[in-house]
Amino acid sequence: MYSFRNGIVGRDRGGVRLLAVLAAVAIAAPILNQVVPASSPLHLSAFGITLIGKYLCFGMLALAIDLIWGYCGILSLGHAAFFSLGGYAMGMYLMRQIGPRGVYGNPVLPDFMVFLNWKSLPWFWYGFNHFPFALLMVGLAPGLLALVFGWFAFRSRVTGVYFSIITQALTYALMLGFFRNDMGFGGNNGFTDFKDILGFDLHSDATRVVLLVITAVALGASYLACRVIVESRAGRVMRAIRDAESRTRFLGYPVEAYKLWLFVFSAIVAGVAGALYVPQIGIINPSEFAPINSIEAVIWVAIGGRGTLYGAIVGAVVVNYAKTYLTGAFPEVWLYALGALFVLVTLFLPNGITGLALARRKRK
Amino acid sequence: MKSKSIFMTGLLVAGIGFSNVAAAQDTIKVGVLHSLSGTMAISETTLKDTILMMIDAQNKKGGLLGKKLQPVVVDPASNWPLFAEKAAQLLEKDKVAVVFGCWTSVSRKSVLPVFEKDNGLLFYPVQYEGEESSKNVIYTGAAPNQQAIPAVDYLMKEVGVKRWVLEGTDYVYPRTTNKILEAYLHLKGVKPEDISINYTPFGFSDWQTRVAAIKKFGSAGKKTAVVSTINGDANVPFYKELGNQKISAEQIPVVAFSVGEEELSGLDTKPLLGHLAAWNYFESINTPANKAFINQWHTFIKNPKRTTNDPMEAHYIGFNLWVKAVEKAKSTDVEKVLAALPGLETPNLTGGTAKVLPNHHITKPVYIGEVKGDGQFNVVWKSAGEVPGDAWSDYLPGSKDIEADWVTLKCGNYNKVTKKCSGQNFK
Amino acid sequence: MKQPGSGGRWLRVLLPALWSIGHVYAQAPGDTAFLSTLGELREATYSDKAAIAERLSQTGHRSVRAVLTALMEDRLSYRNSDQKIFIVQTADEDPARLIDPLTLKSAGSAPADSLTKIGTNNSLRHTLRTVVAHFSLSSPDAAVRLEAVRDMLQSLDEPTLDLLRKRLPVETNGAVKREIQTGLALATLDGTDAKARLEAVATLSRRVSQDVRNRLALLLDKSPDGSFTEPDEKVRRAAAAAVASIDEWRGFYSGIETLFFGLSLGSVLVLIAFGLAITFGVMGVINMAHGELMMLGAYTTYVVQMIMPGHIGLSILVAIPAAFVVAGLVGVAMERTIIQHLYGRPLETLLATFGVSLVLQQAVRSIFSAQNRSVITPEWMSGSLQLNGALAITYNRLYTVIFTLIVFAILLVVLKRTRIGLDIRAVSQNRAMAKAMGIRTEWVDAMTFGLGSGIAGVAGVALSQLTNVGPNLGQSYIIDSFLVVVFGGVGNLWGALIGGMSMGITNKLLEPYAGAVLAKILVLVGLILFIQTRPRGLFPQAGRAGEDK
Repeated sequence: MYSFRNGIVGRDRGGVRLLAVLAAVAIAAPILNQVVPASSPLHLSAFGITLIGKYLCFGMLALAIDLIWGYCGILSLGHAAFFSLGGYAMGMYLMRQIGPRGVYGNPVLPDFMVFLNWKSLPWFWYGFNHFPFALLMVGLAPGLLALVFGWFAFRSRVTGVYFSIITQALTYALMLGFFRNDMGFGGNNGFTDFKDILGFDLHSDATRVVLLVITAVALGASYLACRVIVESRAGRVMRAIRDAESRTRFLGYPVEAYKLWLFVFSAIVAGVAGALYVPQIGIINPSEFAPINSIEAVIWVAIGGRGTLYGAIVGAVVVNYAKTYLTGAFPEVWLYALGALFVLVTLFLPNGITGLALARRKRK
Repeated sequence: MKSKSIFMTGLLVAGIGFSNVAAAQDTIKVGVLHSLSGTMAISETTLKDTILMMIDAQNKKGGLLGKKLQPVVVDPASNWPLFAEKAAQLLEKDKVAVVFGCWTSVSRKSVLPVFEKDNGLLFYPVQYEGEESSKNVIYTGAAPNQQAIPAVDYLMKEVGVKRWVLEGTDYVYPRTTNKILEAYLHLKGVKPEDISINYTPFGFSDWQTRVAAIKKFGSAGKKTAVVSTINGDANVPFYKELGNQKISAEQIPVVAFSVGEEELSGLDTKPLLGHLAAWNYFESINTPANKAFINQWHTFIKNPKRTTNDPMEAHYIGFNLWVKAVEKAKSTDVEKVLAALPGLETPNLTGGTAKVLPNHHITKPVYIGEVKGDGQFNVVWKSAGEVPGDAWSDYLPGSKDIEADWVTLKCGNYNKVTKKCSGQNFK
Repeated sequence: MKQPGSGGRWLRVLLPALWSIGHVYAQAPGDTAFLSTLGELREATYSDKAAIAERLSQTGHRSVRAVLTALMEDRLSYRNSDQKIFIVQTADEDPARLIDPLTLKSAGSAPADSLTKIGTNNSLRHTLRTVVAHFSLSSPDAAVRLEAVRDMLQSLDEPTLDLLRKRLPVETNGAVKREIQTGLALATLDGTDAKARLEAVATLSRRVSQDVRNRLALLLDKSPDGSFTEPDEKVRRAAAAAVASIDEWRGFYSGIETLFFGLSLGSVLVLIAFGLAITFGVMGVINMAHGELMMLGAYTTYVVQMIMPGHIGLSILVAIPAAFVVAGLVGVAMERTIIQHLYGRPLETLLATFGVSLVLQQAVRSIFSAQNRSVITPEWMSGSLQLNGALAITYNRLYTVIFTLIVFAILLVVLKRTRIGLDIRAVSQNRAMAKAMGIRTEWVDAMTFGLGSGIAGVAGVALSQLTNVGPNLGQSYIIDSFLVVVFGGVGNLWGALIGGMSMGITNKLLEPYAGAVLAKILVLVGLILFIQTRPRGLFPQAGRAGEDK
């Protein structure tokens, strides 16, 4: 019979802790927001809910990166592109939901199209007024891009630093493209001013709490999925690819296929993270494609500890919390602190924060 | 143990989410939402300092309603989602009475839902494209009819321009402005082949091809001018290239809407001599109020070489309007202040008055200035009086039927023809 | 012609001027009349000022040229206390050195705020330029004469044409003669003699400027009632042929111009990529702070210009070695403190250097303020080289291209012919072997990083002439520099050169058709596809350093 303790999940102590924490958040947040009165110091404001939701979405992105980097040695410096594509897909659905409540009152065309004098909806917007279609696109758009890009790249054996740089080129090109007003994605302003999702008002506390809970569940589920992949036989092949790619190829494994499918899966996870991010933050904008965002996401993983999966999530939460705190407390000098953090962690904590925790436990 | 990690998480969540309990009773908090790092820091840091200076001066006069003003400064780091987050922080966590902030339209649009949901008050000091009027925002910057249209009129009448290049950065402010200007030019009888509209991305720095094309367009024998809505960093290489390709302001003048004294201080002004800018304020305008303001600024910032510019004046006006409104309403409650604002007047720095209109814009005079060698502007034209800001342009088919009125109609986009209120605040 | 009583050396300069204008303008003697007309400038509107300037030029007074030139250059002011008008020696100087408008002699100096400038606007300056050009026609300097004739071509009225006709036989400079002939030919096109018009068309067909082409094209126009503006058919046919020929030549020159644009864009890309190619290639270090090192070089230029404000022309030449040293030292410091601990872990260095880049950006913001700094372009780098009527090459870009090639040559020499270069190449090909041969690899690493950083600083000097100098300078160029290095092949200077140049040229070739953004996107996509075919770039690195296990 399947024993929990000895199963995949049971052996993963860090992961168990993470899932417990997520569960705690998913339970506590609704209570603290809806049940506890606003005047009480324990009340969790909408601002707080949104913040936690944001951290969890970033955690999912970091998870996606760690999956391919920590376990397969593929360093993608353009993963925020997949995150943003998923976000845009969700955004397109939310824009269609605004309907006649937009500034110009057009029932079909979003405001920015009316303003550009477009008479009808472009073909790639069809279908986005249906939620299931939008959900499909959330996975399909990043997945398809990853498939095409990855197929070309891995087939040509582009690896290491070269691969990383061309992923930067990819996200940079996408950023330039989405900034263009003519592309039909809202240009520089992106999508904003959302009203509701599936009929629920996006500005109400209750909706925000539900979104947070869904995000926590999604994060937990993705974590479990990643863990299963990594502990499986395929996972061991991937680790072999990470450690000695040529040798693995000579041993007869279809290295390119493994890399490709892992890359596509990771892209879809990132896309879903983006799709959860957008309704909570309320805006999606081409600067999400900026190359610097992808680099930052990789730094979250490095700081949290790569190759552990839960470390990535820890890193994402810690760094973003530090940013939130520092931009409020030390608005003039927070960049120093952040930069110093990056340098120090890379120098002294090569295995990140979780590596430090693990090392200390080993010594006990 | 599991319990330990849950406990740690709990602490983390507490640190993140829980509101700050003790809101000090004897101060009024004023929020400042300007980027202090990132691409917009160049422009916005000055505005943060302006508000700090105004708060300082007000406190020296005894504060407001007997309480001291306390600034709450945050850095949204030129990141649009972060703007929304910081706005929520200011309104929900710090519970500020008013916020002075934003620069780009994206930042304003991303904080708008937050201000409308939390019923906050934002004073927005930058010239923008219009097409908006929110209950919770007072627009102290110029709408297109207070900057772009008068500039085009000046070029048409005083300079005799017949051919037009509308050169903008690819985002909503230039796109909207150019739409309005195109409609206006057609109305004035300019033929489509005499108008050339072009957009370049942010931070565009290699202008060789583009400037050569402008030169060609301008050599058709008719007087040509460039109306530039080029934003920020791209201006420097643009003007350099103009100068290097020997396009002088006498041959093809360029009138810019986003180049002020601040931007000129980071430029070598030789290639710009004679080129134009349209604003509602210039540092070189000689009035006692302006001289006093400039001195106050130099003393506060401890640097006699720092320039003043139009958005700073907008914050000066906005801050004074807010103080007056609070004194009139005898409270900082946003609803009461919003009720007190329309109709309120305060002097501007160029010898006139700024009045708050029911559409939450203000009245502003229009000045056209030519760039001088020392980075200042020489005023070559001034409007007859103050121009009232029009949120919904009369030249755009989608907007000419819309009006904003928060006093009688209580609506930001009211369609006069269909008699319906819709848009931002419409639930 | 009256000889003014006093005067001195100014007279000797103005005498030829007086002679040439003597036949054109009525002589109205009297300093008082001149002064009172001059005084009207104080209170006049801009359009009135233009009329006053005309009247002044017709007085024939010896100071007319100096006064009108001063007015045009914003150097005419009046003293607040006694309303007397003075010419100011140099604009924006405090205290200002005054020159008496009548005698053109020094009149002492005064603090700047005791004077009020007599303002001008664009139209007024435009008018003044044509008026002043009449006087400049007899200047001993050929460049000034050429400029004057070109200005006069803008408005060919009778007095102007008269001057040109008189000047032609005595003109010695070939270029100036050509311009005068162009002007006279253009004027003849309006004449009544068909044969003369035909000759004029023949003369003009050998020019390539846009203005000439437009004027010839006008001859082919039809007036509203259907008849041609040019009645003679032979003239029309000649004009049509001339226009076609001019268009062909202009197209050719336009192609050369596009090529030049591409080369100059490419040279910027190459400069920013050189340093990275070296550090990346030799040490496998992905330096995310590379952009900030360039920014430091640009700021060094700013500081140098602040230290030597009177010698802007020299400042660039001083700034180049200064920037090299500053950026190089910062690079060596980075290497010694951070990077040396991270060898063999290229991705960790990426992260650590990213942190350094944030710190450097904020440091510059704190020291210099978040605003952009103004870096002045020296005289010898401003403006453009007018090769002919259709092709002008801007100086700053031309020098950038030349500079890039010089830097490339120097780097090549250093790498191929010096001892340190040999060490660097050895370490990059096979570190273990090099160490075994006795090379001190740590020292070589520090030097390599210093060299790469120094080159980045020098690139920053070039960038300061082309674009903004602000804390975000590095961010705008870092991605491009990586792309060039990857395209050209890591560690290879020729790769960086050819890679950068081709990227620049491709971009500029596409731009007129696709627009700036689409052109850039196409270049990026092209790069991605190219890497598929040659995963190691144009010139892959020798040795196994770049290989994985």
